[in-house]
Amino acid sequence: MSFLHQEVPLAWYLLLSAALFSLGVVGFLLKRNLITVFMSIELMLNGVNLSFVTFAHQWHMHFLNTQSGPGADAVKGQIFVFFVMMVAAAEAAVGLAIIIAVFRARATLAVDRIDLMKL
Amino acid sequence: MHLILFLLFAGFCLAGAINLLLQTHPINSALSLIVVMTSLAVLYLLLGAEFLAAAQIIVYSGAIMVLFVFVVMLLNAGREERTLGSRAARIVGLPAVVALLAVLATLILHIQGLGGAAISQGITTTEDLSRVLFHELLLPFEVTSVLILIAILGAVALARHGNGERPAAK
Repeated sequence: MSFLHQEVPLAWYLLLSAALFSLGVVGFLLKRNLITVFMSIELMLNGVNLSFVTFAHQWHMHFLNTQSGPGADAVKGQIFVFFVMMVAAAEAAVGLAIIIAVFRARATLAVDRIDLMKL
Repeated sequence: MHLILFLLFAGFCLAGAINLLLQTHPINSALSLIVVMTSLAVLYLLLGAEFLAAAQIIVYSGAIMVLFVFVVMLLNAGREERTLGSRAARIVGLPAVVALLAVLATLILHIQGLGGAAISQGITTTEDLSRVLFHELLLPFEVTSVLILIAILGAVALARHGNGERPAAK
């Protein structure tokens, strides 16, 4: 019975989100395909979202335990994640349109060949 | 129960993220990113964010990833060439990432008073969320819809065929 109610420390969730963010940065640095680089950015956004939800849960539990402070603040972390999702959707639409335009102009997706702005 | 679910889906999440880096074909990377996002939805559910779990599946695993897969197929993207990339990225970037992860992990492990998450504890219902969203934060919410509209128009303008070449052709 105690096994069913075992708690997972929230630090583990935060560590997972830090690991996801770092993997996203590694992908951003090492991947050579424009679309995969873009996917790494989405991975970083998701890592940050997980830490937002974790802290929102911590705040919510704190409010439930102490009944102090405004309860509406406890869900603001989740609302932040909601806005991040909206912005990510807009960003994905515009970014992929830019990728299509770049592919039309240069006929390649390799980031090494898209170097017009290189010094 | 919570522990098992957490370990299982955190494992899926990390495995998907590592697989995204190791695969050379973009479509494989896109599919492993879908695995990451769907397991993140389960983790949100474990943290009591039920609306966000649904939104994660609909918006991320649904809409955004369909867009990605669609673009990969539209552009007929092949296997990426494994070049070594820029030296600066490898020499400065990778140690910086390791340092960042180390600093973050140290900070996280030193946080005082961080609680735990147990199953069916501290669930935020959609009602709680919308009560704040549609009272206090109504203006930012409405502004977001304008942002989405601008993004759609921008995407259409950018991806329109023969963008900027039409006057020369006629």
